[in-house]
Amino acid sequence: MKQVFLKITENRKIAKDVWLMKLEGDVSAITASGQFVNIKLDGFYLRRPISVCDYDENTLTIIYKVVGEGTEVMAKLPCGTELDVLVGLGNGYTLSKSGETPLLIGGGVGVPPMYNLCRKLVAEGKKVTVILGFNTKEEIFFEDEFKALGAEVYITTVDGSYGTKGFVTDVMKNLDYSYFFTCGPMPMFKAIESTATTSGQYSFEERMGCGFGACMGCSCKTKYGNKRICKDGPVLEREEIIW
Amino acid sequence: MVNTKVELCGITLDNPIIPASGTFGFGYEFAELYDINCLGTFSFKGTTKDARFGNPTPRIAECDRGMINAVGLQNPGVEAVIATELPKLKECFNKPVMANVSGFAVEDYVYTCEKLDKEEQVGWLEVNVSCPNVHGGGMAFGTSAEAAAEVTKAVKAVTTKPVIIKLSPNVTDIVSIAKACEEAGADGISMINTMLGMKIDLKTKKPVIANKMGGFSGPAIKPVAVRMIYQVYEAVNIPIVGMGGVSSAEDVIELMLAGATAVEVGAANLIDPFAARDIINNLPAVMKKYSIENLSDIIGGAH
Repeated sequence: MKQVFLKITENRKIAKDVWLMKLEGDVSAITASGQFVNIKLDGFYLRRPISVCDYDENTLTIIYKVVGEGTEVMAKLPCGTELDVLVGLGNGYTLSKSGETPLLIGGGVGVPPMYNLCRKLVAEGKKVTVILGFNTKEEIFFEDEFKALGAEVYITTVDGSYGTKGFVTDVMKNLDYSYFFTCGPMPMFKAIESTATTSGQYSFEERMGCGFGACMGCSCKTKYGNKRICKDGPVLEREEIIW
Repeated sequence: MVNTKVELCGITLDNPIIPASGTFGFGYEFAELYDINCLGTFSFKGTTKDARFGNPTPRIAECDRGMINAVGLQNPGVEAVIATELPKLKECFNKPVMANVSGFAVEDYVYTCEKLDKEEQVGWLEVNVSCPNVHGGGMAFGTSAEAAAEVTKAVKAVTTKPVIIKLSPNVTDIVSIAKACEEAGADGISMINTMLGMKIDLKTKKPVIANKMGGFSGPAIKPVAVRMIYQVYEAVNIPIVGMGGVSSAEDVIELMLAGATAVEVGAANLIDPFAARDIINNLPAVMKKYSIENLSDIIGGAH
């Protein structure tokens, strides 16, 4: 983890209530797909934990949903604004278990962390399949971006306005895959848990105090003992999760 | 050169800055970020007789100028703290540490304090009779002068290190409780623990925190801390470790003027992991600004 000051270079709406922000600066402390950053905003006491969509040496891309006062303020920040950000938080996904044909499943704002993961797995020569689940057509983002990486992409919408009507598991149940990685809401996780035929990794969300393991605000019980979502997670392996 | 040293119950601190229990783990998480030997000391995660998972999540809610937590004393239990956490701490911290202890019965406090008292690195025992987030114990001891005195007496009887009783602000008369602890043999008072609070989510129309209520901390409670420290300072002769919303060197000086000998930094550590270090670094310049040469000279200076 590192505290850095990053400059906003892009901040634009990409779907209904969903914004993409690019930031520039020293993000070298980010070491794995699936990690998150914790952003300080003027006027708010706690930081905002947001998953990393993509990163390289000097740039960070995050995608966030405007759901409350904090993210409303974020959406209005102009380019050039400097933000106080803790980077390199959380464990991230372990890619080495992916096998040759990994399946990536993102639901809503759980889609962003799949992007960097997909990019890395494709670079390793894996044949990657991606399922992106949304409620409705106007919430969809990054379909083309995932396709551009070379992944096979399926879209599901609950109302059937685009792609396959239904849930990610309606596609998942018909696919063959070597392993799965997922991030999204709890109802989706539970559906995946009853559909999945392989091992996999889930990335969890929880209300956090600090984001770096100090306050015990986001603890959960696992088969291997208590874990802090922010520090020992957010990614947990299927075998350790207590549903 | 300004002098930031203070003496707390016979032990000299390089400076009065003490990260508060529950915001600093067992130190080593922060030692990855900076050399924590710059601290006066720190108070480690509240330890109980048995291991505790704590409350269900969500445990955290943001508020204006502060936050509510209802962690509920998650800790691995005193045996594991001694076997696992303290050896890790020893590798990154070479000063006496403040051992924070909670319980659900007088015997729990006695059991845990007696064990920790024997640990070489423990400099002080900070006995928390004020946790608002557990049922059937915790704050129940700190809201009655008799119960607080009973815990104090029982702990003092089995320990050799200075015993500092951590008091709750959720009382009608904190002065009488502080006096009762002093009469029962307490070597110091630390105050204030969090204030009982609640936040309701307008979308769900229910409390944000699973435990419904929790402890409110952060800059918003600082005036309450200053007032209570001021009142208790007038009534007791034992040192006060002050805390409540401290986020800057100026805040440290304000609490010391009210009567604090040392000052704990709590919620600020969670927002900025370097908060305690930065306060220590800023302290000399702020002392100069207010013409303070010896920090210990200003203790209770507002009276």
